[in-house]
Amino acid sequence: MTDPTHIPADPHEETPLAPSAHRPSRWRAVWDGDLAWSFRRSPVALVAALVVLVMVLGAALAPLIAPYTPFDPASLNLFNGITPPFTANEFTGDYFLFGTDDQGRDVLSTILYGLRISLFVGVMAVLFAMLLGITLGLLAGYAGGWTDTVIMRVADVQLTFPSILVALLIFGVARGIVPIEHRADMAIWVLILAIGLSDWVQFARVVRGATLVQKDREYVQAARLIGRSNGAIMFRHILPNVLSPVLVIATISLALAIIAEATLSFLGVGAPPTQPSLGTLIRIGQDFLFSGEWWILFFPAMTLLALALSVNLLGDWLRDALNPRLR
Amino acid sequence: MTDPVLKITGLTVEIPTRRGVVRPVRDVSWDIRPGEIVGVVGESGAGKSMTGNAVIGLLDRPAHISAGEIDLDGRRIDDLPEREKARIRGRRIAMIFQDPLTSLNPLFTVGQQLVETIRAHLDVSAGEARERAVALLDRVGIPDPGTRVDQYPHQFSGGMRQRVVIALALCAEPEVVVADEPTTALDVSIQAQILDLIRELARERGMGVMLVTHDMGVIAETTDRVNVMYDGEIVESGPTARVLGAPEHPYTQSLVAAVPRPDRKLRRFPQVSYGGRETAFRIEDLARDWPARPAGDGPFLEARGLTKRFLEKGSLIPSRRRWFTAVDDASFAIRPGEVFGLVGESGSGKSTIARMIAGLYPLDEGEVRFEGEVVAGAGATEAARDAYRSQVQMIFQDPFSSLNPRHRVDRIVAEPALHLGVIPKANVTARVGELLDRVGLGAEAGLKYPHEFSGGQRQRISIARALATQPRFLICDEPTSALDVSIQAQILNILKDLQEHLGLTMLFISHDLPVVRQMCDRVGVLKDGRLVEVAETARLFEAPEHPYTRELISLMPKTDLLSNAGLAAE
Repeated sequence: MTDPTHIPADPHEETPLAPSAHRPSRWRAVWDGDLAWSFRRSPVALVAALVVLVMVLGAALAPLIAPYTPFDPASLNLFNGITPPFTANEFTGDYFLFGTDDQGRDVLSTILYGLRISLFVGVMAVLFAMLLGITLGLLAGYAGGWTDTVIMRVADVQLTFPSILVALLIFGVARGIVPIEHRADMAIWVLILAIGLSDWVQFARVVRGATLVQKDREYVQAARLIGRSNGAIMFRHILPNVLSPVLVIATISLALAIIAEATLSFLGVGAPPTQPSLGTLIRIGQDFLFSGEWWILFFPAMTLLALALSVNLLGDWLRDALNPRLR
Repeated sequence: MTDPVLKITGLTVEIPTRRGVVRPVRDVSWDIRPGEIVGVVGESGAGKSMTGNAVIGLLDRPAHISAGEIDLDGRRIDDLPEREKARIRGRRIAMIFQDPLTSLNPLFTVGQQLVETIRAHLDVSAGEARERAVALLDRVGIPDPGTRVDQYPHQFSGGMRQRVVIALALCAEPEVVVADEPTTALDVSIQAQILDLIRELARERGMGVMLVTHDMGVIAETTDRVNVMYDGEIVESGPTARVLGAPEHPYTQSLVAAVPRPDRKLRRFPQVSYGGRETAFRIEDLARDWPARPAGDGPFLEARGLTKRFLEKGSLIPSRRRWFTAVDDASFAIRPGEVFGLVGESGSGKSTIARMIAGLYPLDEGEVRFEGEVVAGAGATEAARDAYRSQVQMIFQDPFSSLNPRHRVDRIVAEPALHLGVIPKANVTARVGELLDRVGLGAEAGLKYPHEFSGGQRQRISIARALATQPRFLICDEPTSALDVSIQAQILNILKDLQEHLGLTMLFISHDLPVVRQMCDRVGVLKDGRLVEVAETARLFEAPEHPYTRELISLMPKTDLLSNAGLAAE
């Protein structure tokens, strides 16, 4: 035990780096990283990612892979109306996997096109909320004082309203402002604005908290020492260090934004029937539920459920993977 | 000789990880006899705390004991079921943690916490338990225990809180106490009192104490026997006086040699040349293309009447606001080429002064003059500030927070030089590579991120960043207090080289008197924001004038025990 010649390996690694420090490629480094490793080992994350991937691809490639073009009136055949799923139509012999609605539109195709709208609105709304929330959160945390007080009180007030109510309010105002002939085109952008504006608070809160911690770090002092501007310190130094919790919130809010869009569309203030999202499809399908044509509601609703659940599970996994204390 | 109260045989701890099994503690054996204090000393990552946690049965999963056994009073305890382990923990083996702030529950009074612990372990009534609690508080040296027993932890100072934690550990009259760095979070004056208390209690109650620390001074003053750990193994053990006075193992020898001495000034810190990890700092290459800028005759940097107040209690009404004066009318001058030290305990305002001089905190009163120009305070022009910025750089305390974790090292090192326009953009890559090479990391280090480096290597990156602008004035704010003693010696030698070969003037902030003695030409002593004494280093240590300075110096750890082999006196 006290043999003086015994020299254990050096744990400090104070030796200089090997001269030919070969850096693995960036892709390789990501694949070998802890995050990718924990992803590969989580069956839930894998299945959820697969579901999201299939839906995103289906939505992106809808014009190519959808069996019918449901919103082209010329291609619709009213004889195909209300065909049950998994069977051929008794008049025309056309086959529809998920059946058709009363106008003879293929439900599978409307879902694929609906997903496009839902995902687009969800992603854009979250990006908008992130942009707003991160900027205001950084500003509040870094500047402190009155700036902080004003921003965070506005955020608190915002939080006391249910976000659907905020979205409805914005939607109502926008309907009043936008001329009637543009309403259909504007609907999607108003949706994005409404959902984004009701969602920025949580980004702002998280970023502000993380900024308060980072602002006292010595690397910030080092940047201030050489006279870097506040903007450069906020965006170049602090921002990259507060992004990982933002990533988690962004994923979970994506699920919420998709549901919020569906809710608004279900209430009839969202995507118009000419450009239906999943929510619009569910609203339309609801009318047929009690007359036995269950598939018109069921398939869009299941798609929405699977999408929101998968995105949420991915968010949960990401939160656990990024938080070393939960490992 | 009495039988050991605690006996560890061949203890090995395993942690299964993604990249194979790690064994942070390997084949460790030692024992503690009643009334004895056994030290476990080593640098970070040596496995000392892990050993302590294994003894008390608090290893964080997935870490577990994979071999060996722990016997308490002749009975094996490491293989007991969790329920019985819990019964032993606290009652027969108690623990004193490092941070008194987090080891007490802030929502309960000290008395409630003591009574709860006493009643959990001993079969007594609430009244008796309270009496015991008061007696315990009295025993650990809390004045007026009858009143203070009903106070909350935040009403106690750091040292008093650590005394409460000790009282808490004593509740059930344990046979063994594991103290993990019990004084690391405390100021020197309080550290000495707490160590005295632990020693007295061990003798008086016949408790065996396992004292885990990285501090050779604490080991020398407190322990009877010591185990030196290195990378999970015990490399040397024996009576403290023998191990520290005549170390046999080369690691112990280099560790003892690296401890800064308070008693005499050495030309250089003895490098720890163990395991061949010394990396060259190429000062000659740096000095070759360092611009010669002879300083003027007058004082280099002058601080006049520096005062800084922080808001303690905010209010809309100005007269209701309460202010805390962190620095009160501090004046001193730094001569060209010297190392000026500032010492003081935590909260004395030394870091605040450093930040005021660096221009990071605005001054409430007073001014800072750099070669006659006002650079901070009323009357500082923007032009003077800009000129000053390219002359001053800072080395920070915590190498884990002073480098932006999301930036690559080459970007970190280049930033000050690029922003201040000191080197042309085209030369940046070459210049950064050269600097990293000269601080002993190699040019390839620029392609990595800070987390890929150890603490000492990160501090070298900080030094490279500071040198990139070729400054003349370096502010070092506790540059080595977060480092192991062997790495500390390397970094301090680098700073000495910078001063000698490049003619840098330095402001050196530290709470560690032996380090200050080795590094500084003149020293200012701070107490509660006031500068109480400024003197040449030798005079300050030989003949301190102010009573507070005398007190600080008398509390320095005694290192008479330590071997003097390998020291080159000036």
